[in-house]
Amino acid sequence: MDLTLKIWRQKDAKSTGKMVTYPISGIEGHMSFLEMMDILNDELIEKGEEPVAFDHDCREGICGMCSMFINGEAHGPDRKVTTCQLHMRMFEDGETIHIEPFRANAFPVLKDLMIDRSSFDRIQQSGGYISVNTSGNTQDANALPIPKKDADLAMDAATCIGCGACVATCKNSSAMLFVSAKVSQYALLPQGQVEAKDRVLNMVNQMDVEGFGSCTNTGACEVECPKGISIENIARMNRELMKATV
Amino acid sequence: MSTLDSKVPEGPIKDKWTTYKDNINLVNPANKRKIDIIVIGTGLAGGSAAATLAEQGYNVKAFCYQDSPRRAHSIAAQGGINAAKNYQGDGDSNYRLFYDTVKGGDYRSREANVYRLAEVSANIIDQCVAQGVPFARDYGGLLDNRSFGGVLVSRTFYAKGQTGQQLLLGAYSAMNRQIARGKIEMYNRHEMLDVVKVDGKARGIIARNLITGELERHSAHAVVIASGGYGNVYFLSTNAMGSNVTAAWKTHKKGAYFANPCFTQIHPTCIPRSGDYQSKLTLMSESLRNDGRIWVPKNLEDAVAIQEGKKKPTELSEDERDYYLERRYPAFGNLVPRDVASRAAKERCDAGFGVNKTGEAVYLDFKSAIERYGKEQAKIHNEENASSARIYELGKGIVEAKYGNLFQMYEKIVDENPYKTPMMIYPATHYTMGGLWVDYNLMTNIEGCYAIGEANFSDHGANRLGASALMQGLADGYFVLPYTIGDYLSNDIRTGEIATDTSEFSEAENSVKEILEKLVNTNGTKPVDYFHKKLGKIMWDKVGMSRNATGLKEAIAEIQELRADFWKDVRVPGGINEVNRELEKAGRVADFLELGELFAKDALVREESCGGHFREESVEIDGEQKGEAKRDDVNYKFVSAWEYKGVPSDAQLHKEQLIYENIELKQRSYK
Ligand SMILES: Cc1cc2nc3c(=O)[nH]c(=O)nc-3n(C[C@H](O)[C@H](O)[C@H](O)COP(=O)(O)OP(=O)(O)OC[C@H]3O[C@@H](n4cnc5c(N)ncnc54)[C@H](O)[C@@H]3O)c2cc1C
Ligand code: SF4
Ligand code: FES
Repeated sequence: MDLTLKIWRQKDAKSTGKMVTYPISGIEGHMSFLEMMDILNDELIEKGEEPVAFDHDCREGICGMCSMFINGEAHGPDRKVTTCQLHMRMFEDGETIHIEPFRANAFPVLKDLMIDRSSFDRIQQSGGYISVNTSGNTQDANALPIPKKDADLAMDAATCIGCGACVATCKNSSAMLFVSAKVSQYALLPQGQVEAKDRVLNMVNQMDVEGFGSCTNTGACEVECPKGISIENIARMNRELMKATV
Repeated sequence: MSTLDSKVPEGPIKDKWTTYKDNINLVNPANKRKIDIIVIGTGLAGGSAAATLAEQGYNVKAFCYQDSPRRAHSIAAQGGINAAKNYQGDGDSNYRLFYDTVKGGDYRSREANVYRLAEVSANIIDQCVAQGVPFARDYGGLLDNRSFGGVLVSRTFYAKGQTGQQLLLGAYSAMNRQIARGKIEMYNRHEMLDVVKVDGKARGIIARNLITGELERHSAHAVVIASGGYGNVYFLSTNAMGSNVTAAWKTHKKGAYFANPCFTQIHPTCIPRSGDYQSKLTLMSESLRNDGRIWVPKNLEDAVAIQEGKKKPTELSEDERDYYLERRYPAFGNLVPRDVASRAAKERCDAGFGVNKTGEAVYLDFKSAIERYGKEQAKIHNEENASSARIYELGKGIVEAKYGNLFQMYEKIVDENPYKTPMMIYPATHYTMGGLWVDYNLMTNIEGCYAIGEANFSDHGANRLGASALMQGLADGYFVLPYTIGDYLSNDIRTGEIATDTSEFSEAENSVKEILEKLVNTNGTKPVDYFHKKLGKIMWDKVGMSRNATGLKEAIAEIQELRADFWKDVRVPGGINEVNRELEKAGRVADFLELGELFAKDALVREESCGGHFREESVEIDGEQKGEAKRDDVNYKFVSAWEYKGVPSDAQLHKEQLIYENIELKQRSYK
């Protein structure tokens, strides 16, 4: 395949960026999107130009590091995959591909396609945990049976990889899907009940402090989420919030 | 030669750890506040250690190169974590887990460390459940288990195919609690580039801020290396792209011994490579071997037809298939340990029976499992006359519930539906049993410098059993290091803060700066990846699944040459004081180019076959085990610990003899 890439280049957080065009050829369908980017970068280096900086690590859709906005969609045109799992067979010969970073006020661009998502960490620090000491003196794991249904739902919520696609997709840059996934995981488990009220209040508060927008229920986040996190979690979080404020 | 003291406590193995804990020095809570600890890495090992140490009251500084501690490569572990809970009532016990782990490691690990690991394993599960880790459960609401290769009990706990992710998020949440309290200072996007020694003790590090490029000095009373494994020395592996040996290697260069570098695990079930552009390999969890059957065609003509795309696997009848693991190892069948399964696949493919274009793939087939589960389900649902389509549908449902996300991942990568046609798999580098040498306290031979998790060498001998790395990482971090480090730090309560404006810190910083400048100023013609790929190929071809003296000697010479070429001809665009991804990679590859040589040298010295290390010169000549690996306990029952002496070729070997008092050494037989 021969392709035309239009990529966001930005020197650092302070500079303004712009789209730059790069032709690329010899791309095969079995390549991953990031392998295509590797080829581009090696070509740029050989020409003496600076390669495109982008975040990635596991390259198997689990670490949540990769984060490209491709042809107007977070993680590109395929469903339920991260950028690193996207394959070139999703594109056609001759196509022009637009590649930008995930954009949101709470995710400032650091360089090219790299963004700062530390706001997500701070939300988790405000309450995304159960206050249990790691003493080794906890009760036997099977002393507390948990209905399979609840455990499975908690697991579904817990699969969020913290990539930020939901935020990048949302026209309000809301982080509701991300926050509700964590709140839901604990809300569904008996271990999470003790601190449930404070948790949801603190996490939602921190989300506002970080400058994420509010949720207007468009459901776009769910569509682009690579892990299929359901917006039912948002409804659950709203119920938790109600419980906590009455 | 006798500088290696393992410091294993006296007494019967069952009591060692308890007696040890009862007799160590403690640091009182008020004094812990005066003590700083640096933890490099936030995977299961580093994350759990940082959280626990902070909770105990120490001031912790934690570092990772990713943008969040939650992204450490532990996140990618799929299959599960072992613990001797005996919830299934199948006769499991601490002793059995200990025994299986030592045997699985082909008798090249330290008994006392492994026993302690087994002993604290049950605690890990309790701890994680209390933290809200959503392990899989059965319909009664109790925890579910699966079994893994190399053992005969069901002791593996799991969370769908995402066990590592859930355990790491548990440790991350425990860290977050301490970050919020101000007890952990978290340094994301920082890479440790040297350890600083003051009066022979580890007292700090030099780290590069990966956003500003600045070099920073950080001091502490102890330094913990939890930086993961070095499988990326092969370029292609199941590790993350950033996984590296740098933190461990720099520590080695500062005096810490590097143990058993040649003990590497090549995992049998990974997605085969598809082309030269390939940047990494993806693991298909070993749990698939519970239900999948591995085969290649029995006849060479069929294999060739399949390679050429003229035949499909589904067209071959049962007796045209060679289920070679079931054939060679009837007792364990598809569940033989990883090293055995990997070599068997290579053996078939080398003989021409591979099943893809490259000839480097075997089948992993779920047809029988789908049928078996389907029939079982039909019975449960009282559908006596279920059609075969119905049976297939019922069976597929079960397989999907168990492995759905893995199947989905496979389909996304390979573009084939594994419910319909068998998966293709091939071995890939996965885990490194070798690492920094540590004693019973998990301290390296540099005072105050500890190594935990995959970065150390301690518990898996020459081969790691499935689901035991997660166990080790969390055991080290939650339950072992927090005790042993206190014993050491009890001498530091009056030391006060360690200054960073000293000559030791300046010297370390300057030497780091020099390397970085050399990398950006070399201005050669080839990108870093060129060298990394070349190194990977040498390692895979000559220091891979099977090794011989000639190949190893060639590898050493080739790596030396490649290293010289790297320093002459690498091109790293951009500068030091900015985000520079190529510079990060270059630094890591420079260290791999040194480690690779030591790795080959270690493999050359060990003239026996054990675990993942297979020397073609050392196989059973006759009898029932003919052709299988031949261990040499008389001459090689030791840990090789290498001391750095300027260049890898001058590295000096120290031996820690292994003593087995509780387990009788046997030939591993899975037949
Ligand atoms: C695909 C895959 C599947 C696996 N599945 C299983 C399984 O099912 N069961 C099992 O028991 N084991 C499994 N393993 C093995 C297991 O996951 C790892 O051995 C284990 O998680 C390693 O944990 P760790 O904490 O030692 O290191 P890691 O999780 O790799 O963490 C390393 C940390 O060190 C940091 N770091 C590295 N270098 C530097 C530096 N120079 N400066 C600063 N920070 C640095 C990184 O940022 C990271 O935070 C699997 C491994 C892989 C790759
Ligand atoms: S909810 Fe989905 S899209 Fe949002 S951060 Fe989590 S995984 Fe990414
Ligand atoms: S690189 Fe880890 S999810 Fe894409």
